[in-house]
Amino acid sequence: MGSPFFWRKVHSLSGLLPIGIFLCVHLFINSLALKGEIAFNQGVSLLHSVPYLWVLELLIIFIPLIFHALYGIWVVYLTRNNVLTYSYFRNWLFYLQRVTALITLVFVVWHVYVLRFANGIFGNEISFTFVSQALSHPLVTVLYVVGLLATFAHFANGLWSLLISWGITIGARAQRSAAYVCLGVFVILMIVGMNALRVFI
Amino acid sequence: MDKEITFIIKRCKDPNATSYWEEFKVPYFSKMNVVSALMEIQKNPVNARGEVTTPVAWDCNCLEEVCGACTMLINGKVRQSCSALIDKLEQPIRLAPLTKFPLVRDLVVDRQVMFANLSKVSAWIEIDGTHDMGPGPKIPQKVQELAYELSKCMTCGSCMEACPNVNSNSKFIGPAAIAQVDLINSHPTGALQKEKRLLALMGEGGIADCGNAQNCEKVCPKEIPLTRSIAKLNRATTLQGIFGWLGK
Ligand code: SF4
Ligand code: FES
Repeated sequence: MGSPFFWRKVHSLSGLLPIGIFLCVHLFINSLALKGEIAFNQGVSLLHSVPYLWVLELLIIFIPLIFHALYGIWVVYLTRNNVLTYSYFRNWLFYLQRVTALITLVFVVWHVYVLRFANGIFGNEISFTFVSQALSHPLVTVLYVVGLLATFAHFANGLWSLLISWGITIGARAQRSAAYVCLGVFVILMIVGMNALRVFI
Repeated sequence: MDKEITFIIKRCKDPNATSYWEEFKVPYFSKMNVVSALMEIQKNPVNARGEVTTPVAWDCNCLEEVCGACTMLINGKVRQSCSALIDKLEQPIRLAPLTKFPLVRDLVVDRQVMFANLSKVSAWIEIDGTHDMGPGPKIPQKVQELAYELSKCMTCGSCMEACPNVNSNSKFIGPAAIAQVDLINSHPTGALQKEKRLLALMGEGGIADCGNAQNCEKVCPKEIPLTRSIAKLNRATTLQGIFGWLGK
């Protein structure tokens, strides 16, 4: 079962399960900030009190993320983009899937370092005040907007591609409908994500 | 009627030589296409500077867009030169060989890998035997119609040329061979070896290397529904992978 076929499928699936689902849950929890500082802080400490937290983090976040990223870099290496010669819509999205992959990778590493490790390791408590201090610098805010948009676009378009790679959407019309659904996913993530970000800055 | 057409052609003596661009002026006549222009150059191999040069080498066969031999890059994009009408092309017309296949000379490339890929996935129906196998099974009209679309493939390689995942870094067999598996597996007799073909598609460089850029379907001169075949076989290979493993 160690074939390239198997790993490609795992790569495609891992973007949704667990990473994509985690992304949605993450944004949802961030949105507690809309209900005020106290609600956010309570949510964070509830999360941090989950038993076996580090095992869960390792199994549903870090291992899948690292695998998805490393295998993804290999997939990017296997591609030679040609959007300038064949400027079709889908070819552009195929190209942007790779561009957003790299942006997302840098963004997530930075994000995890600053808001998870730096705190986990150096013992700073994650709180509303801490997050808003970290995000308030205008440059950081801009980089967050870029990073978030890239992440959402990568997820939404990846979902479209997953539906084909797993043989779920087959005909052209089904694929087109799926594209609208994925666009909807992108828009919803963008609204929820930006709305949560807004509260911190 | 002294109208002249300007061609800028990428030339290369042999696979080890360095390539260069050479300009040609070809007398215009009505309804001419790229192949007929290349024939003019062959008759009178003189470049635009008036120097005698070697005639440009190219490949062609059917002259009616059914064999695929004359496929090349015309103004940067892949297409068949026999059906590329001069009247419809922007000038100067740039001709270059395909980039995804080994170069032979000038505009001639070796598309052998297309046929090697077809044999990798056993893209044929096995009917040879020592005894009479009787008449073939009936095929529903609907299956026939889909099969007809897929059977139009002329292994021209346009889909390979336009696919960003077909290149020297990757081993991807490309869209054409995948569509042919769809064709042969849809035939009741061909379906007897269905599993063998699916397993071949699940091998290295197989169907999972498709990244859904979908350029193949856009450039295919035969308008073959390649992305449909790919998605269909994505389903079949996924099921084969899951149930094959569970059945072990
Ligand atoms: S599928 Fe279309 S583009 Fe590809 S080889 Fe066949 S005819 Fe050419
Ligand atoms: S010569 Fe056969 S396709 Fe052009």
